[in-house]
Amino acid sequence: MTAQAPIIHGMGHAVKRKEDPRFIQGRGNYVDDVNLPGMLYLDIVRSPYAHARITSINVEKAKALPGVAAVITGKDLEPLGLAWIPTLMNDKQMVLPTEKVVYQYQEVVGVVAEDRYVAADAVPLVEVEYEPLPVVADPREALKQGATVVRPDKGSNLAYHWEAGDKGATESLFRDADVVAREEFYYPRLHVSYMETVGCVAHYDAISGKLTLWMTTQAPHAVRTVASLVTKIPENKIRIISPDIGGGFGGKVYVYPGYIVAAVASILTGKPVKWINDRSDDQPSTAFGRDCYMTAEVAAKKDGTMLALRVKTIGDHGAFFGDANPSKFPFGLFSICTGSYDFKSAFVEVDGAHTNKPPGGITYRCSFRVTEAVYAVERIVDVLAHKLGIDPAQLRIKNFIAPDKFPYKSALGWTYDSGNYLPALRKAMEKVGYEQLRKEQEEKRKRGELMGIGISSFTEIVGAGPAHTFDILGLKMFDSCEIRIHPTGKAIARFGTKAQGQGHETTFAQIIAEELGIPIDDITVEEGDTDTCPYGLGTYASRSTPTAGAAGAMASRKIREKARKIAAHLLEAREEDLVWEPGKFYVRGSPGKAKTIQEIAFAAYTNYPPDVEAGLEAVDYYNPPNMTYPFGSYICVVDIDKGTGEAKIRRFMAVDDCGNRINPLIVDGQIHGALAMGFGTAMLEEIKYDENGNVFGANFMDYLIPTAVETPKWETDQTVTPSPHHPLGAKGVGESATVGSPAAFVNAVVDALAHLGVTHIDMPLNPWKIRKILRDNGIQAE
Amino acid sequence: MIPPNFEYFAPNTLGDAVSLLERYGEDAKILAGGQSLIPLMKLRLASPRFIVDLNQIQGLEYVRESDSYLRIGALTRVTDLEASEMVRKKYPVIYDVAAHIADPLVRNMGTVGGNIAHGDPANDLPAVMLALNAEFIAISPTGERTIKAEEFFIDSFTTALKPSEVLTEARVAMPPARSGGAYLKLEKRVGDFAIAGVATQLTVDGRGVCERVGIGLTSAGPTPLKPKKAEESLRGKKPDDSAIKRTADLAADNANPRSDLRGPAEYKREMFRVLTIRALRNALSRVSGGS
Repeated sequence: MTAQAPIIHGMGHAVKRKEDPRFIQGRGNYVDDVNLPGMLYLDIVRSPYAHARITSINVEKAKALPGVAAVITGKDLEPLGLAWIPTLMNDKQMVLPTEKVVYQYQEVVGVVAEDRYVAADAVPLVEVEYEPLPVVADPREALKQGATVVRPDKGSNLAYHWEAGDKGATESLFRDADVVAREEFYYPRLHVSYMETVGCVAHYDAISGKLTLWMTTQAPHAVRTVASLVTKIPENKIRIISPDIGGGFGGKVYVYPGYIVAAVASILTGKPVKWINDRSDDQPSTAFGRDCYMTAEVAAKKDGTMLALRVKTIGDHGAFFGDANPSKFPFGLFSICTGSYDFKSAFVEVDGAHTNKPPGGITYRCSFRVTEAVYAVERIVDVLAHKLGIDPAQLRIKNFIAPDKFPYKSALGWTYDSGNYLPALRKAMEKVGYEQLRKEQEEKRKRGELMGIGISSFTEIVGAGPAHTFDILGLKMFDSCEIRIHPTGKAIARFGTKAQGQGHETTFAQIIAEELGIPIDDITVEEGDTDTCPYGLGTYASRSTPTAGAAGAMASRKIREKARKIAAHLLEAREEDLVWEPGKFYVRGSPGKAKTIQEIAFAAYTNYPPDVEAGLEAVDYYNPPNMTYPFGSYICVVDIDKGTGEAKIRRFMAVDDCGNRINPLIVDGQIHGALAMGFGTAMLEEIKYDENGNVFGANFMDYLIPTAVETPKWETDQTVTPSPHHPLGAKGVGESATVGSPAAFVNAVVDALAHLGVTHIDMPLNPWKIRKILRDNGIQAE
Repeated sequence: MIPPNFEYFAPNTLGDAVSLLERYGEDAKILAGGQSLIPLMKLRLASPRFIVDLNQIQGLEYVRESDSYLRIGALTRVTDLEASEMVRKKYPVIYDVAAHIADPLVRNMGTVGGNIAHGDPANDLPAVMLALNAEFIAISPTGERTIKAEEFFIDSFTTALKPSEVLTEARVAMPPARSGGAYLKLEKRVGDFAIAGVATQLTVDGRGVCERVGIGLTSAGPTPLKPKKAEESLRGKKPDDSAIKRTADLAADNANPRSDLRGPAEYKREMFRVLTIRALRNALSRVSGGS
């Protein structure tokens, strides 16, 4: 064996992504790239009203248009039991309405035609008469007595009331506290604005009775099960294929009416049916993120010791409560809101409201509402710091959970697996030159110039999750990996997750490479086809590496154990005398007596021990023992143009700790992308509604996402605190920066204006909001 | 995002173009760069029955000086203004605006004539044309005529052009020595329409007194706006701090912006003041040899 050992590229290698050659050449295979013979196209008539009774629907003119194959209304779905379908949160949602519409842009009628152009022309030919009803578009109004009821079937607009923590202990700490800081925050409604809108191709084969759905879904297996339960089509007769997906961010966990209508249309017409949402239909109708009003309070001693946290929230869930949450958590993992701090007690409560707006809530890289939780605590800590006249960095340092307290039981019941918060903040402060910046700020203030420094020292909670706590509609939130090693030592690995840009084909190959010593180029990773991949709950909420990635490691270890038996057979040694090093087993004391994993793989099919089955494969369904708790400290430096009110980001330093990094390049890319999203959230993005439920921000002219031009130059660094329970010591990271960064931007801008008595400004930080503050303080514009 | 049906013509000559326009009247729309018209059609906000595409007509893409005018052909792409060394050196206000219209993709396709003739008060070039006292040349079946920029913009999306007229050229008198200009655009994000935009063009005499003053405002009301009182207040005066601020106050008073997703009217009005101050100072710095 003189051949040079192949480069394996296991843990910690910043290799370029295996999937990128096809993406950067435009050779990906997305749903809209699926074209089948005889395929028809679905377009959708949508409601111009936010709330209206449907008095009549006349489809005759549309049906008469040459090329139109079918027109589908709610009345057509009713006998199939598909006019309404269950949501993920034990509510139900309309597919197509039979009586009334409950939000603007709601799907009303499906039009199916032989090409997209005819379908689009048929849409305005469908005549729908509406009788407008009173509208409630603000969740605070919706919860008041006498408000218009969006859902008569539920009797009121209260979707749920949820609380966590010790109310009595918290109140008593507040009573006795030296100081209480209180602030109200609105977290605006956002849209994920993926590059690829949602869509599907539905193909029902009448002969086999099999329905194949190519669809933009982050959770194909769960969709298959739910689809089978709802439609009564046997689960073996449904195949969901998620091909390449152009961004999901949570918005593609949901089941949209278009999917159902396309499937029904395929069954009715006997032909494949494609539906691709237009951008201007997608933006105002698919799942949103955030949209909640939070009142946060912190009780503290004069010296800055924080004692208790209290947050009251009103969440807007739109017309149907269909958040893509773990079922036991109606407002997601919001109870992580004690963050990085050692509170004695905390209490949170949430009222979920129905309004005449589209459903959603869990999207935009939010880690199940952790974004809102982190924003609340990281903002209120700054409010307290300014109130006490203590530097925000010092206040954080004083209250961080000490490293010797891990695993740490939080006041709201979570057990943090690992953390070491001070080194991350110190590193960020040193790299950004914190002390120098504070001096500069002081000098500039004397000259009337405005700059601010904002910190966010967030703690995330990702990797849902342990079976004892986490399920969706009863399906436990494990995830899976199945590995087959071919005779020549190459491998195929399939997972229950589904990447939408996360780079699983590379990261997961590296995990297997690390565990088995097979080079990553010899490992094919596949996801997203329910006929071929093992069952899993999908990719969202930064769960893939903590769950499916761990399953990949565990399945590899199962293969290694079998490989040991085969190697012992080949080497005529005892199993316990064999030593593993990546890529081979050798006999203890005789490194020359070795068999590579490739040799072992070949033997698994050609020369295996008599008491061992042929083949070399394994499957693992991984139930994580705990969540993972990545964290980090971000520092934002901002300069304010006094004349225009523009906040210009001078620097943004992000120190992330996600445990061991499998591919540092991909992790850094994830962080860059999520920081840009956090920047968009803080500075630009908002979907607004007027009192009649008319949506503003329904397209990319009105809903501005950041471009490379205004996005700040990100400075990133890391500390490494491995997860003690993850097989590779890794934690999830995809959402850390969306979760952690918005508070840093807002804290920086508020810090710049704090000497004027400003304690809070709601996002987005539009220049006119800042300019108004300056104007009100007599600062001239020029 | 699919337009209704329409009939498409691509004439090879201006003569053919205007006769098509004469034949179809209000039902026809001219397609130049398509950066406004095509989105409007795809959103079904505009449904012209006939499209007359000018892109096959030769000789309408040029940027040149002749007969004491800078002449810009109507089919000139915005990006060609940005790339022109002559524009950058001698017409900084045009260079500024060319670099701030939408984004590079739009500028590669969007035309000077289209940006002006669309009549959108949020388009950037009209304000610059007003500040430069430009003239537009239009051709119709009955011949050619010249329209002053300040008489061109009638209402939102409505110009002095008749249905059968095609804008062929924008021309600007070559500026005398000691001239300078600037365009400032405040936008929420690059590529967006302006929250407010201000174009300035100044010529000062040897004593530092403003001989010529041109100002144009973007997104200031139903049409691109030429704040004449503001221009007059600075003409014949030394552009000192107080004169500049008085001019800016008058420009802001003249503006009539609306509250929308790009900010409340009160803020926008204040920004016309701020941008006018800054754009005048910028123009002056260029007069005195600045970049």
